[in-house]
Formats: sequence, structure tokens, C-alpha cells
Amino acid sequence: MAETAYTTADNDSYLTHDRGVLSWLFSLDHKRIGVMYLVSILTAFLLGGTFSTLVRMELMYPNKPAESVVAEKTLIPREIFSKDNYNKFFTTHGAVMIFLFIIPGIPAALGNFVLPIMLGAKDVAFPRLNLFSLWLWWSGCVFFLLTLLFGGLDTGWTFYTPYSTSTETRVVPAVVGAFILGFSSIFTGLNFIVTIHTLRPPGMTWFKMPLFLWSLYATALIQVLATPVLGITLMLLGVERVLSIGIFDPKLGGDPVLFQHFFWFYSHPAVYIMILPGMGIISELISVFSHKHIFGYRFIAYSSVAIALLGFLVWGHHMFTSGQSAMASMIFSALTFSVSIPSAIKVFNWLATMYKGSISLQTPMCYGLMFIFLFGIGGLTGLFLGALATNVPLHNTYFVVAHFHYVMFGGTMVAFLGGIHYWWPKITGRMFSEFWGRLAALIVFTGFNLTFFPQFLMGTHGMPRRYYDYSSLALEHPEIATYNFLSSIGSLILAVGLILILIYLLASLFNGRPAPANPWGGATLEWQCSSPPPYYNFKSPPTVDDPYDFTNIHYDPEIRGYIKTTDNS
Amino acid sequence: MSPTTLPPIYHWLNTSLTAAAGQTFWLPEQGSTVATSVDRLFHFILGISIFFFSLIVVLMVIFVLLYRRRTDVTNDPAPLHNTKLEITWTVIPLIIVVIIFYEGFVTYMDIRTSPSQAYEVHVIGKKWQWLFKYPDGHVDEVLHVPLDEPVRLLMSSEDVIHGLAIPAFRINMDLVPGRYTYMWFRAVEPGEYQLFCTQYCGTGHSDMLTKVVVHTRSDFESYLKREANAFKDLPPAKVGEILYTRRGCAQCHSIDGTVSTGPSFKGIFGQTHEFLNAPPTLVDENFIRESILNPSAKIRQGFRDQMPTYKGILKDEEITNIIEFIKTLK
Repeated sequence: MAETAYTTADNDSYLTHDRGVLSWLFSLDHKRIGVMYLVSILTAFLLGGTFSTLVRMELMYPNKPAESVVAEKTLIPREIFSKDNYNKFFTTHGAVMIFLFIIPGIPAALGNFVLPIMLGAKDVAFPRLNLFSLWLWWSGCVFFLLTLLFGGLDTGWTFYTPYSTSTETRVVPAVVGAFILGFSSIFTGLNFIVTIHTLRPPGMTWFKMPLFLWSLYATALIQVLATPVLGITLMLLGVERVLSIGIFDPKLGGDPVLFQHFFWFYSHPAVYIMILPGMGIISELISVFSHKHIFGYRFIAYSSVAIALLGFLVWGHHMFTSGQSAMASMIFSALTFSVSIPSAIKVFNWLATMYKGSISLQTPMCYGLMFIFLFGIGGLTGLFLGALATNVPLHNTYFVVAHFHYVMFGGTMVAFLGGIHYWWPKITGRMFSEFWGRLAALIVFTGFNLTFFPQFLMGTHGMPRRYYDYSSLALEHPEIATYNFLSSIGSLILAVGLILILIYLLASLFNGRPAPANPWGGATLEWQCSSPPPYYNFKSPPTVDDPYDFTNIHYDPEIRGYIKTTDNS
Repeated sequence: MSPTTLPPIYHWLNTSLTAAAGQTFWLPEQGSTVATSVDRLFHFILGISIFFFSLIVVLMVIFVLLYRRRTDVTNDPAPLHNTKLEITWTVIPLIIVVIIFYEGFVTYMDIRTSPSQAYEVHVIGKKWQWLFKYPDGHVDEVLHVPLDEPVRLLMSSEDVIHGLAIPAFRINMDLVPGRYTYMWFRAVEPGEYQLFCTQYCGTGHSDMLTKVVVHTRSDFESYLKREANAFKDLPPAKVGEILYTRRGCAQCHSIDGTVSTGPSFKGIFGQTHEFLNAPPTLVDENFIRESILNPSAKIRQGFRDQMPTYKGILKDEEITNIIEFIKTLK
């Protein structure tokens, strides 16, 4: 029985290789860049999350209740801030979460850390470009902060014209910020494409790559091809505002619906920038924690690419009620349904992977299962919105809000949490508490469903999104007030769950058990190097094998981790 | 937490018991002809979703229970892939979504295609009110329509994009500045229904609501007659007061001194005001007229350039009436 896993005895890791703030800020090491991204996007998430909690608190009660309940006591005031501030808060929540958190989220933070190690490489293909893209991200953040400091933004994250060309809030700095963030995203995508093409080790053919890399590759394709369109669109919006060239503003002869086409031409594929890496993580988690080879590898891999390509053809489904022609709507609806098939294929393959597996319900797997549950709801409710007739009454209502939160939070964010827990021992070299981990997962699950499920019902009853007050709606349909109340309570539970995660993860840095090289029994290459990885990842080139072959990976109670054996014992 | 701190659940139970026509747990009452077919599709998709969701979750739970890790890892050999299975779970969902797409498309064409003999009402959306112009020329801020007759709304916006939705009728369409959009419906039940703005349009977005009143034909005739003679024999200031509430001035301008989106009308006549973009000016008849027709010309200190123009919406005589009304607000 020969050990191929490295022990944790050697102390020199990427964390201790250099010291001092500058050694981090100017580091070309993909692992340090990944960690800096991680800290940065989590800060952005905290900001965006705070805004969403404020929004939910304002919506907890109708501002003007029915006469019969006017005197009723409320937990918090019915009216917390003004209409204009509410509009700024929901806009900032959306813009921060989309541009600063969820788009860079998995690829730039986790992807940066994991991708080269999964390839057995020392770094990404262009380490300097990698650092540059992080710096660009920070610069984009500065513009977002300027927007907030100098009066905020109230256009909604979608920047629809002519509202965005006529509002007095700070559209231009926000647009410049998103433009710069776009380039950060393009550079990351470019870097990943080249890295995957050129740095795969001998023996790792395309179809021996871990599925997380397939998903990052598909994501990178969208980043490189779609993001420039967003850049151009936002630049035109800025130019329209400053110079009034008359492209989007109908007063100057422009066409506001053109803006929507341009905007969604990026922003719909961007939805797949957000969800595809999440699906990649889930493929890893389900296989590793079932200790069983992934089922239907090629179908999962191809479905990622199919989603990426089909995702380019469906943007018009955001515009069924915009005045676009019935013919265009019909075509976009048909294409939209075609994207649902590859997503369904993935879910069925994950289930088939679990069949006859050896399933361990450790924290990352809890998130894996949670993903299937929540993404199931998010995906299936997409059918209501993809079908033309049911889209019409649901468009721009809370049904849409609930749907995309089930996909974006229930999908991407849950996968991100799964990924963080999965790679936390690798990144930090410490194990977190399994008890608190599972408990927090349960709280997040409860809080999430309580927050967002009632929103489906608000939507089917006609409550439009981005409403500051729903008093008049609640007079007609009192259940709308009940749903809003439940949703606001749910958001507080969700916040508790997320804060709990932050606390025990940070605590693990100080009192966590040192992590073995392979705590979960993964077969991909990152589990062959020590935790945390050495500066150059591998001291000798790792042996490349099937990334989902677990037959020789066994638990060793002595190191409380898994080791690879050469014979089939 | 005392029970009174919760929103009254009994309200909710109450409405569930006294459900209006077609109302279910999922959907509100049905007020138009298309509502029935939209709801049929909704419940069809709901059934499919519940089936597949249950299938996925039940399988997941069974697998977790059945194949929970007990000792060291030992697997029964299981296949790595199965092309027949892959094809099955590709083709079955594909057939289902083709059916859903087709049903959605057919009903959508019903929603979009208005009958040729429809009664036409022009809709103007502006920050933050609705105006409905009837064939006889009168303007109302509430949509009155005859029962069981096709009604076509020809819609445009004065400023930014708005969205007109009547949930009970299951219809929703944007109003885009610089072009016309339209929608149609045939109401099936007399009564009042809510009408919202669904496309975010700024500060007063959630105040931009009104109602649809569905009348029987004879009631509708008497409504039209009443409207035609609405202002007969009334003093100008009284007419001005009616116009003040019905043309949306009240959305932003109070008459009791409260400052909201715009300055209050109380006591302004005869005062001299400071402006952001103009020298101090006396509030007289000509100033008010200019403020209504060209609101951006003089922006009062402490306020923003937000008001849309009423050029083409208020007639000269109506402006005079509003001026007379403002004069009475001491």
C-alpha cells in the first residue's frame, strides 16, 4: 500500500511563502488572487445582502393598512424610509449582487483557486492578466462606491431607458463601474480558456477533465463573447446621457426597446455565467460525496456547452410584453424551452450518480442536495415564464423575482456555499465544524424557502416587482400582506444562517483541526497536494487519472482523511 | 409576540372561503375571456412541475436513505452511463416542453389578436397616473368598460416606459414612449378590478394604480352620458377641483400645505417663489399656465425636474378652471 498523497508535515504553503500586505496585493499566485477575490466578493455580498434586508423590512407591512387593522401593533414601523431611498436600495441590491458578487463569484474566487490545481499546473496561463483582472474589479468597485456616496442610483440594475437617461441619480459612474467590471470578467474568461487549452497535463484529455472545468470553460466562452456587448451598451447609455446622441431616448428619436435588446443580449447569457459554474461544483460534490463515478459524464459536459450556446439565443424572453412583435416572441419562447432540456439532463444525471452510491451527508453534500431541491423549483417555475400565455400576467411580478432568486440564490449561491465548504480545508488548511455547518445549512434552507416561496404567490396574485408599497393590493387580496410578512421573516432567518456560516468559518481559522490533504475523498488533482497547497501547488507532477474513479480511495482514520492506494484492497 | 402583531391570517382564510369566480389558491378571480385559457395552461404546467419536482425529491430522499454511507466505502458496481436512459430523459421532457410551448403560443395569439369590432379607448401613461380617453373625447382616470364586448386599449407613454396590467384579466403590456402598443380584453363579470403599473417608473411607481369598472351595456351608456355633462353648470373653481383630483395633480401637489413630490398648492397664488433655473417669479395666472404646459421652464427651489407636460391633455379652458381652483386655496 503505497501512499501517493502528501502529508501536511511540510509547513511551506502559499499562505506562508511570502509575508506582508504587498506580497498579497502584487501576488501573481492564482491561489492568493483567488483568496483576495473571495474576501472581496464576500464583502460585496454582505453589502448587497444588507440592502436586501432593508428592502424586506420596508415590505414587511403594508404602509396603509385596512381600516380594521389600523390600530394593530407591528414589530417594526410600517414605513421605514422614503420611496426614493427604497428605489435606491433595491437598485443597489440588484447591481451589487449581480455585478460585484454573482458574476465574478464562482469563477474568479473559487475557479481561480481550483482551476490550475485541478489541471496539475503551477498557475493560470497569464498570471499578470489574472492580477490585472482583480485590480480592474477593485476599480469597478470604486466607481460603484462613488455612485453610492454621491447620491445613489435608482434605475433598477437593468438601466432601462428612457428612465435611466432622465433620472437625476448617478447613472454615469455606475455605468463606468459596470463597464470596468465587464473587462475584469472578460480577462478572467480569456485566461481560463487559454489555461484549459494549453496547460492540461499529459494524459488529461478533454473528456478526462473534471466537470467543474468543463463548466468554467463554457462560462468563459460566454464571458468572452457576451460581455463586450454589455460594455458597448452601457457606453452608449453613458454617451446618450452626457451627449444626447439620440440612440435610446425617444425624445431624441432613439428607441428604448433597442436598449432592452442590447441589454438582454448580454444579460441573459450572463445568467448562465452565474449558474454554469454552480452546476459544475454540484457535479463534483454529488460524485465525491456519493463516492461513485459521475453518471453520464459526456452528457453533463456537453450540456454545459449546449447551455452556453443556446443561452445566446433566448434574450427576447425578457421582452414578451415590451411591444416586440408576436413573431419574435414566439421564436424566443420556443428557443427558451430548448435551454430547459440540458438543465434537466444534468439533474437526472446527478440523481443517477447517487443511485447505488455511498452517500455521506457532510456539509458540502447538504448544499449539493439543497441545490437539486431549490434549482428544481427555480427551473420548473421557468416553464411558466417561458410559455407565452402564462408569461403575460406574471411578467414583472414577484413571480419573476421568486423564480430568479430560486435560480440565482437557490442555485448559484447554494452551489457557491457548497464549494466554499468543499474547498475550505484546501484553501485554509483548516476543518470547520461539521455540526455548525449542517445546522447553518438547515437554517439557510428554511429561511430561503420562507423568504422566496411566498413570493410566487404574491406574483400570481399580481403584485408587481419594485413596489414600495402594496397597501391597495392588500385591500383587495389580504393574503398579499400575509405573504409579504412571511417573506420578510424568512429573510431574517436567512440572514441568521448566513452570518452563522461566516462566524464558524472564521472561527475555524483559529481553532479548526488541521486539514488532511484529502478530507472528503475527492479524486481530482487538487486533493493530491497538501492542504493548504504549496506555493507551486505540486512538488512533483501529479499522476493524472480518471477524476471520478474512487475505487482506490479509502478513508484512513489515522489522518482523518482519504488516501489513494495502488492495489484494489 | 402577541397574536395581534401578526397580519391577520383570518383575512386570508376568509378570502379563500368566499372565493370569487375562478379564484384558486394560486390565482386570483377570472375577469376576462382569456383568463380561463391562461389559467388552464397555468394549472397544466403546475401539475407537470409538481410531478417532476416530487419525482426528483422522492428519488433523492430514497437514494440518501438507501445508500447512506455506513462503514468504509464499498460500492455495488453500478453503470457509468446508459445511452438509452439519457435519451429517455431527454426526449420525454422535450415532448412536454413542446406541448407547453404550443399551448402557450396559441393562447398568446388570442391575447394579442383583438377582434376587429372592438370598442377603442386610448391610454396615456405618465408619471404616475393613468388617463383614459374615450371615443366621445372625455378623459377619465378610471377605466370604464362595457361588459362582454371586446375593448381595445391603444396605449402610449408621455415619459418613461410604463406597464399596464389587470391581473384579473391576465393581461399585461408595456407603454413605450415614442410608439403605440395595444392590448384587448372582453370582460365577463361586472364589477371593479385593480389595474397596476408593472414597469418600474420611479418614485411613484407603486402609486400608479387605478381600477377597471365593468358595466352592463345600459350602465355604460348612462356613464358616458353622465361624463358628457359632468361639468355643466358648475362654477370654474369647482370644475378645477374635480380636474385636480382626476387628472393626477393630487399625486404630487397637496392642497393642505404638505410637501410631497411637488410643492403644495396651498396659498401659493400671489406669492413670489425662488427657482433653480429662473429669477424669482410671481405666481400668477401666466406662471401656472406655463408650469402646466412646460414644467421644466421653472423648477422651484427644493424640488426636482420631474413633472411631465400636460400639453395636449388639458384644454385651455380646463387650465383656466384649475387656476381658479388654486386661487381659492388660501
